[in-house]
Amino acid sequence: MPAVQETIDQVRSIDVDQYKYGFETEVEMEKSPKGLSEDVIRFISAKKGEPEWMLQWRLDAYKRWLTMKEPNWARVSYDKIDYNDIYYYAAPKMNPAPKSLDEVDPEILKTYEKLGIPLREQEILAGVEPQNRVAVDAVFDSVSVATTFKEELKKAGVIFMPISEAIREYPDLVKQYLGSVVPVTDNFFATLNSAVFTDGSFVYIPPGVRCPMELSTYFRINEKNTGQFERTLIIADKGSYVSYLEGCTAPKRDENQLHAAVVELIALDDAEIKYSTVQNWYPGDAEGRGGIYNFVTKRGDCRGKNSVITWTQVETGSAITWKYPSCILRGDNSRGEFYSIAVSNGMQQVDSGTKMIHLGKNTTSRIISKGIAAGKSENTYRGLVSAHRKATGARNFTNCDSLLIGNQCGAHTVPYIESKNATAVFEHEATTSKISEDQMFYCQQRGLSEEEATALIVNGFVKDVLQQLPMEFAVEAQKLISISLEGSVG
Amino acid sequence: MLEIKNLVVQIEDKRILNGLNLTVNKGEVAAIMGPNGSGKSTLSYVIAGKEDYEVLDGEILLDGQNLLEMEADQRAAAGVFLAFQYPLEIPGVGSMTFLKAAMNAQRKARGEDELTTPEFIKQVNAAAAQLEIPKDMLKRALNVGFSGGEKKRMEILQMALLQPSFCILDETDSGLDIDALRIVSEGVNALRSPDRAFLVITHYQRLLNHIVPDTVHVMHGGRIVRSGGKELALELEANGYADYRESEAA
Repeated sequence: MPAVQETIDQVRSIDVDQYKYGFETEVEMEKSPKGLSEDVIRFISAKKGEPEWMLQWRLDAYKRWLTMKEPNWARVSYDKIDYNDIYYYAAPKMNPAPKSLDEVDPEILKTYEKLGIPLREQEILAGVEPQNRVAVDAVFDSVSVATTFKEELKKAGVIFMPISEAIREYPDLVKQYLGSVVPVTDNFFATLNSAVFTDGSFVYIPPGVRCPMELSTYFRINEKNTGQFERTLIIADKGSYVSYLEGCTAPKRDENQLHAAVVELIALDDAEIKYSTVQNWYPGDAEGRGGIYNFVTKRGDCRGKNSVITWTQVETGSAITWKYPSCILRGDNSRGEFYSIAVSNGMQQVDSGTKMIHLGKNTTSRIISKGIAAGKSENTYRGLVSAHRKATGARNFTNCDSLLIGNQCGAHTVPYIESKNATAVFEHEATTSKISEDQMFYCQQRGLSEEEATALIVNGFVKDVLQQLPMEFAVEAQKLISISLEGSVG
Repeated sequence: MLEIKNLVVQIEDKRILNGLNLTVNKGEVAAIMGPNGSGKSTLSYVIAGKEDYEVLDGEILLDGQNLLEMEADQRAAAGVFLAFQYPLEIPGVGSMTFLKAAMNAQRKARGEDELTTPEFIKQVNAAAAQLEIPKDMLKRALNVGFSGGEKKRMEILQMALLQPSFCILDETDSGLDIDALRIVSEGVNALRSPDRAFLVITHYQRLLNHIVPDTVHVMHGGRIVRSGGKELALELEANGYADYRESEAA
């Protein structure tokens, strides 16, 4: 049928590479010498004006890292990374440090405007209901360039600032909690991060406070050959609540770039943290050239009784994703939740999932994972649910669904379940399906194009997870998923 | 309206349609009857544009447009509607969401403005009431967990909302009890108009008591072997398809 052939040709001609944030910002940068050494770590620490204890912490991590091996158990493959061919610090030249947005390089402000992230509070306030405001910390390569609504949050007692500032201004809080969830020695990438982390956000919500607005950090990698080593620390003190969202993008480049972040969450008694990610790092081109290696350690500690930590992630970007946002359910009656949508297209590789570690009594966890593989991508869910001996009454529900689009991609589910307590109840459900030709034909018979039909079916598939995102981000995420899958049909 | 000339179709090297000729005029309700395996469902899929079929010869014209050169969604926008024998389930997609997406996609293809939400809801409510479709059914994911009767009513609801010019009903009576058959038939009859034609595919006379056809065609061995008025259906009901099977054997 000639018409069919025509469609196939059209679909083939669509560039898989629909990445809309791939531009570069021209701005004068200051960098550390290339490669990794004690001197480079001293350089970073000095740039941040850190106290001696912090430098020592980094150096200890570095020594440890030198003895460690890169993990190879994930279902991903990539050329060996030369850790001495990376710049570990790159920041726009800002001397002295800008005191207000007026002093920030206009090129950088333009960058965030282009990305749709307004940094001027007046602009954010225009036309937005007070309860819908979002405070933003904007991290550009290795530094935070602006944090909005800091003053207003301070009035509520909420601390929201770049972590490098928090190390100077709130050393006791940082010392108490940094590395308490993800120890310096945790894993190869986390240890590397501990040695060279440059910026990220610090959040502290005092007892009984409900954070008056959504907090968010927007990570942008701009400079070539630079790694981004973000470090985020969020502490919700007793009875407090915070919802936090991060977003990430990077320019299109033929070389791979490393993003090795560590995020630690601590929820004390009766506290709740909702952490949402919309990850849209550059995924590389259709042949698999370029893209971000997203090797990230994210872990939350439900340290207090009745505490709740919820991870929600929409992962559409990165050439390789290695990421397992986890919950340690230490406090009795604490709850951990993980909602994930991982979309892979082109040559992307995703190995992602979660760990729910039940330590306390009557702890509950819930895992809903939706993997969508298209193109020639590989998409793996890897998850651990474990109950400690003392975790009487622990309960978990896991649902992992995979959807395949086309016949050149792969979806894999690797669940690990360990229970040392006879009263623990773990449920696991998993399905793998393909968008059937009959479903496509049905939708097309009603007038939807191939692309529209795919988007509709995929949106139905991920609905349970999208519902977990704050409203405005859910709409964004839905669009992002459609864009990521453009050109995937054929 | 619809003209099919010398249509030859195969699937995986198996010939299903063998030089089929059929004309359906504007305002006409044409019934196609025939034994299992005579190619009735294939005919409906080929008209609607399902990809698995290889058209070796012939043409299908809708108001002079060559349907075989169009994608399924383009045919839909041109006015072709197929009420499926087995409607598909679309998990997670609310029926209302689906209806709106379909209506707007067709409007877009025809260069019309999208429907406003109040206008859309008004149209759905009116059509749903006629088909005795309760509101909560519209809130559920499309066809997921629907009974056979609910699925068929949903098909007719879509037909009523999309306002196609050429409607194919593929075994719409299968799996329906008497009440559901009545509701569905009334829904179809309400859509009969001088500008719209129907192709009603069925095994049984039963449906044709409710949706009375203007013409009846008997399909066998991938072609139309006999055509007549509505009385032909009654004759078939009395005698079965044995005559046609014997003629094949001879």
